[in-house]
Amino acid sequence: MKTRSWAILAATCAAMALGGAADAQQRSITISSWGGAFQKAQREAWFNLVEKELGITIKEETTQGIADVRAQVASGKPTWDLTTQGYYTCALLEREGRLEKLDPAIVADPGVPKELKSDHCMSQIVYSVAIGWRKKPFGDKQPRGWDAFWNVKDFPGGRSMRRHPIYSLEAALIADGVPMDKLYPLDVDRAFRKLESLKPHVVVWWASGAQSVQVLQDGEVEMVGAWNGRIQAAMADKEGRGGPLAITFDQQMMVSDAWMMPKGAPNKDLAMKALAIMMRPDAQASISKYINYAPANTKGYDTGIITPEMAAGLPNSPQNVGKGFTLDVDWWVKNNDEMVKRFDAFMQR
Amino acid sequence: MTAATAQGPNAAELRADARRERLVLGALAAPGLLLIGVVALAPIAWLFWLSVRKGDSYTLEHYARLLHSSYAYSLQTTFELTFLVTAICALLGYPLAYLIAQARQRTAAILLLFVLFPVWTSLLVRCYAWLVLLQRRGLVNTWLADAGLIDLPLRLVHNFTGTTIGMVHIMLPFMVLPLYATMRAIDRDYVRAAANLGATPSQAFRHVYVPLSLPGLAAGIIIVFILCLGFYVTPALLGGGRVMTWSMQIERNVTYHSDWGAASALGVVLLAMALAIFWAVGRVIGFNRILGGR
Repeated sequence: MKTRSWAILAATCAAMALGGAADAQQRSITISSWGGAFQKAQREAWFNLVEKELGITIKEETTQGIADVRAQVASGKPTWDLTTQGYYTCALLEREGRLEKLDPAIVADPGVPKELKSDHCMSQIVYSVAIGWRKKPFGDKQPRGWDAFWNVKDFPGGRSMRRHPIYSLEAALIADGVPMDKLYPLDVDRAFRKLESLKPHVVVWWASGAQSVQVLQDGEVEMVGAWNGRIQAAMADKEGRGGPLAITFDQQMMVSDAWMMPKGAPNKDLAMKALAIMMRPDAQASISKYINYAPANTKGYDTGIITPEMAAGLPNSPQNVGKGFTLDVDWWVKNNDEMVKRFDAFMQR
Repeated sequence: MTAATAQGPNAAELRADARRERLVLGALAAPGLLLIGVVALAPIAWLFWLSVRKGDSYTLEHYARLLHSSYAYSLQTTFELTFLVTAICALLGYPLAYLIAQARQRTAAILLLFVLFPVWTSLLVRCYAWLVLLQRRGLVNTWLADAGLIDLPLRLVHNFTGTTIGMVHIMLPFMVLPLYATMRAIDRDYVRAAANLGATPSQAFRHVYVPLSLPGLAAGIIIVFILCLGFYVTPALLGGGRVMTWSMQIERNVTYHSDWGAASALGVVLLAMALAIFWAVGRVIGFNRILGGR
């Protein structure tokens, strides 16, 4: 009896050791993302879950953006199975033919709106460009939308917008009275004319998310158009010289970060299984527990994981999603280069 | 040199010596020359090569792109900023260097330390410090308002003004150091001699001291000028997005568009402009003087 149990134990150990070695060699995938707090949240909400359910390991790497993916694919032997990039980047890579087609069954999930997915791109989290402001100068008055952003008479003070035509042109057109569902294709001349009228009041054209709220916290400007997560984090932060801050989702522009698979990814099948798990409503919903981002799969709101308080602060929750619109990435993929040049010239005039 | 033209019975031997000396000197300089070739000339050649290539064929497309007004504005901004910063640095740096050069050894050492101190601080830290000082609720505006000098805060940063202030601060040591080195080497007996011959102090200064200090000034101006042309961090942080220098265009072409060709073309244009200015200045002042000769 005693010897037998020992034998079983030894055999089990050997099997585990061998199997473990084989697992480590074959059953692992490599995922790259932005690093920092976001990648930690991905680890907690998604990677751990995938590792447990599939019995694999996920190796993590970080990416700086589109150039990394281009370089990986150009090398002919990419090491990443999946990568996180902005949805715009994904659409661009898709057009360049540098991505693997995703499993149609995953893409078919009706929980992810069709503007946030394609044959090669699957949005994973949603955030939005919203209006944030300092409460002190405006008192009870609340700027509700881009019309108020442009209205320096009722809401006097400095503004800050992204130093890029994306978001700025849309904001200008909405402020000029174009309905949110009739924006695209953008009336570029009209947008630049409207932007021109606000230009003297834009104190800072922000270049990074950190800067976009820093100017608000320092009291350098009164109102910003910035990413919702940044504004909300600043609201929760210790108050700066600018005093308390507020945000509105009215006329927000929703954008997303997406999953994509570089062409020639080494573990396609396994990575596709991992992707299917990460896009599941329960997994999707749990990302919001770890970071102030919303699930791209709106079925996540039905899982009960996201509390009503959390939902109030997420851009695509049932109560907020109707207040804004989703940015048309395809239009930007076609027009970005021309718009950037025109915007740069506009800025410097 | 004299050996080569020597006449006489040992002329051949002298010539052989001279040749040997040249060889040895050449060998000694070889590592340096090789390094310059590898780290400077080869990359520039490669840059030029990239700028005229697209796929497998030659193209001028990357240069044609630069005709867009956005690039013209950037070039204008870059040169305006560079000329302005260089001029202010020269105006501030010359008296400062003069003061340090005239001071006693101990005082001079302390003053030099103050000049050098900022250089040891990170560029980023210095830019953010200016941001804190100059912003709307920053120290400068608060003081001015408290002193009753202004009603509304001045827009000192997130624009051309802020960028200029930040860059002058960063560039000043590069103006002062070569100036100081030159001034320290000027023999004060020349000025005394001028005074002895009846020159007033200001005449002696203008006609004797200033000309002798010019090589230092020229060196400082050129260092500052060239560093300014390639500035990135300060305009990016203090310019509020409005100030777009040529180097920011280069960065944009590389990161947003992953377009090495266009970025290389920008680099080539900047290099050509800098060389053209060098050449023009050289025609007027003389290359020897610029390069530190007499």
